[in-house]
Amino acid sequence: MDSRRSARTVSDPKVRQVGFFTPAAPPERTCSDPPRQQDLIQPQPPSSTQVNDHSPSGDSLSPVMIPPPPHHHSDTLLRTALQVTSPKTAFSYSAKTVTIPAENDDVPSSLSPSRKVVTVRSPSSYPGVRASSVPASELTTVSVVNLPPGISEKAGGASVEVQNDRPVSSKSLKEKTSKAERRALQEAQRAAKAAAKGEGTKASSAATKVVTSANTKPSKAAKPSSQKNDGSQFAASEKKAGDRAPEKDRKKDAPHPRMQYDDTSRVEKAKKRAVVKQTEVRNRVELFRHLPQYEHGTQLPDLETKFFELDPMHHAIYKVGLQYLSGDIQGGNARCIAMFQAFKEAIKDYSTPPEKTLIRDLTARISSYVSFLIECRPLSISMGNAIKFLKNRIAKLPLALSESEAKATLMSDIDRFINEKIIVAEKVIVKHAVTKIRDGDVLLTYGASSAVEMILLHAHELGKQFRVVVVDSRPKLGGQLLLRRLVRKGLSCTYTHVNAVSCIMQEVTRVFLGASSVLSNGTVYSRVGTACVAMVAHAFRVPVLVCCEAYKFHERVQLDSICFNELGNPDAISKVRGREDINYLDGFVNRENLQLLNLVYDATPSDYVSMIITDYGMIPPTSVPVIVREYRREHLWS
Amino acid sequence: MWWRSASFILDRQQHQNNGVAPNPESLLLSSPPPSMADSALNPKSDVSAYYQSRASHHAVVTSDWLDQAQAAVDRHTDDGDSLGSDGIAAPISGGGEESGKAFSVIDEFNNWRKQPDLAEAVAAIRALAAVIRTSEATTMMELEIELKKASDSLKSWDATSISLTAGCDLFMRYVTRTSALEYEDFNSAKSRLIERAEKFGEISCKARRIIAMLSQDFIFDGCTILVHGFSRVVLEVLKTAAENKKLFRVLCTEGRPDRTGLRFSNELAKLDVPVKLLIDSAVAYSMDEVDMVFVGADGVVESGGIINMMGTFQIALVAHNMNKPVYVAAESYKFARHYPLDQKDMAPALRPIDFGVPIPSKVEVETSARDYTPPQYLSLLFTDLGVLTPSVISDELIQLYL
Repeated sequence: MDSRRSARTVSDPKVRQVGFFTPAAPPERTCSDPPRQQDLIQPQPPSSTQVNDHSPSGDSLSPVMIPPPPHHHSDTLLRTALQVTSPKTAFSYSAKTVTIPAENDDVPSSLSPSRKVVTVRSPSSYPGVRASSVPASELTTVSVVNLPPGISEKAGGASVEVQNDRPVSSKSLKEKTSKAERRALQEAQRAAKAAAKGEGTKASSAATKVVTSANTKPSKAAKPSSQKNDGSQFAASEKKAGDRAPEKDRKKDAPHPRMQYDDTSRVEKAKKRAVVKQTEVRNRVELFRHLPQYEHGTQLPDLETKFFELDPMHHAIYKVGLQYLSGDIQGGNARCIAMFQAFKEAIKDYSTPPEKTLIRDLTARISSYVSFLIECRPLSISMGNAIKFLKNRIAKLPLALSESEAKATLMSDIDRFINEKIIVAEKVIVKHAVTKIRDGDVLLTYGASSAVEMILLHAHELGKQFRVVVVDSRPKLGGQLLLRRLVRKGLSCTYTHVNAVSCIMQEVTRVFLGASSVLSNGTVYSRVGTACVAMVAHAFRVPVLVCCEAYKFHERVQLDSICFNELGNPDAISKVRGREDINYLDGFVNRENLQLLNLVYDATPSDYVSMIITDYGMIPPTSVPVIVREYRREHLWS
Repeated sequence: MWWRSASFILDRQQHQNNGVAPNPESLLLSSPPPSMADSALNPKSDVSAYYQSRASHHAVVTSDWLDQAQAAVDRHTDDGDSLGSDGIAAPISGGGEESGKAFSVIDEFNNWRKQPDLAEAVAAIRALAAVIRTSEATTMMELEIELKKASDSLKSWDATSISLTAGCDLFMRYVTRTSALEYEDFNSAKSRLIERAEKFGEISCKARRIIAMLSQDFIFDGCTILVHGFSRVVLEVLKTAAENKKLFRVLCTEGRPDRTGLRFSNELAKLDVPVKLLIDSAVAYSMDEVDMVFVGADGVVESGGIINMMGTFQIALVAHNMNKPVYVAAESYKFARHYPLDQKDMAPALRPIDFGVPIPSKVEVETSARDYTPPQYLSLLFTDLGVLTPSVISDELIQLYL
């Protein structure tokens, strides 16, 4: 109800809009710097047609922006953009590609495939892949971390020029390079990559790389089709070396909780390690390529057969993982508790292998469990916090403690966490929230939130007279479960789908929402559709109360629901269960020009949230960072 | 201005009763003393203590109001008197002892309140400090319970006054959440508590001065300031500005029905500040010549919004719409752990309104005395903790209370 900063509201939707444009709509995407691109296009060899360009770019990386058409490469040289989060990410990737080739001078000869790597166009390989083809780990780091100016300086003469005055120099460079030259360059690049594989570090080469990269681009563009097939493999293998270093750097300042799935090298690596074989869905929506999306239902049989082979995985973990996978356990708290119970069992059965220390070995063990769970389903933010807590407890164990004592301590810590942070917290939230329910209220809730359910039931027990509107949405229809429980207890309920929320909102006096997480800018990260409900409520001046335990708070800031999200099963939205007559999409699912997007979460800007009810009381969304600052340290890290 | 503080009228009535020959009500003394809960609670009436004090201060006396106030106050004096006698006499009922103590707090509170310029919350703080001093408790726990009871009875004495509640809560926090409680020796712990209590009282007393100093940077020569209601802090701010030879003009709203604006303009006229009076409905009309809006607050709530005299919200809306800054001057002891979601989401403080003509009984009258101004309409809050944006309020509150 109280929008704290009204100005901000406007900008958000725009960003989202951009996301849903199909690759065919270049003007929108390119808007970041249209003039430059046009300049660039001209110099490029005729062979690279616009059409071709689009497809690769479409594959491309950037989570935030739609991938710019390929001619960007030259463009991107100049601006080595920073990270995934920055709107220019697309550029950053391409920038990497550019820098790669640097070493023609050093290693003139060697391999032919280098080109292919660069130009990979198969749908599965995303621009990230190309980026990953960077040879030396250090190089990548440079490009990723440093701002454009820094690079240019390092890169030495030619590159500097290119970067400083983009349009002119880049053009000229391209024009100058003859075919032979380009060839040489590419070979050099290949060599560099090969070298990089071996050594992993070649900072010195950075200077030359920039230049070469500029040159190479045209050639890439020219040969789009042939390379598709082999490209991905090369890229994957080569990238491994290159990507590590930047990873480390990133972790220092802001750890990325999740893998970027458009970063092929890492995906490949992860796949090798993976226990669960996931098949990736073919057609994915541009903006969300960095998120994992798998064909559902394919993994289970595979996992089952492996059940007895996997000794490192504790059976309890295995069970929980399967439950995540199949969707038997849903909801932040339930998942978190289930995970902790499984960890508890695993710890109970744990014995330190000889010549290892419990602290280190157990941490590693937990990490492997966690990565297994991530394979089953991406972690929620609350689970991430809980894991952080557990690992911290392990790390803080006194060395003198015997194994059994240590295990007992950990198990009691886990119990304490579940009890204090989840169960008691929820009770406190209920206590607070009930004070905001008055007789005659009409309360609206969306989806199924355990906290909201408890609030409603408790208020009903207190004899308050109110009505409940349960708003639900396909495909999960979690609201029906909530509705069932409420109706059984005798509450008077209305059930509707989110499509009707604007109609029903005018009679509503309070909106109670659950949350998967609350981020430190007050953004509420919750079940997809929540933002919609909150916005409608805001428009109708209905106060929006978000109920969220403080352990779900996260210090991250998120402005949209694109960077971090989860993709659900696309089949769930393309098919309607029990309605055989609605089969319009049968057989269309694998069409190239059809992309299905089933998002699981969305981000509600804090402007639409009137109040956040947590176990520390009722606070405005602007105070989330205060809670994070004051209490997180104390509870998680003490 | 002490007579303005909430609930003053109760004492005045009480004192009159005491001074004058015994009136019929005193007969009730013979009846058994009511339980503490009853006595501590302000009698349920149409008129909140909050308003009674205002009314007494502004001398808005109508026959209608007199009736209501009389009814309310009589009941209260009964309680008070009987309790008073109870305090002196030996405790009669089981709860007698407690009620005796409770009364002594309120008594003390009332004594403090008679000091001019002492805010209600500060009086409460002083009274609570006195409780510690006079306490006969022998353990820390006992003392704490005693203190808690005292503050509860103070709070329930006028549940509608936000600053009283907030002041009591803050005192409890400030005093009891201290290492003093870990002292082995009870006496040293107690003296430390007293010390802290005194210190807190002093801080609260100085708050107004600090705010006045802080706000000087915001008043520039030639500005026009719109004020609403009678706030001692705002008056102090403007007084300081006038003493600093700043040239400014003040527009005062009339402040119906209490006519607070009239009083405020009187005060300003004494300072030779050019003042213009507006009727309340002329705010939007004259907003374009206003450079800033200055209001006080009855309470500052956790969202960063304020609860203040009726009409503040609409002034803030108009100012917000015309891009004029709205400044709030409020001492930090007015920060309360409330979070109203909308106007109706708070304990209403009712007041009678005199329309000058009889109102048909079928016509309903909105008698709420306060409204809630959400944070997005406020620019800055001047507090003794510094000049804060609304969102910092919650930060401060969390640090104070959690």
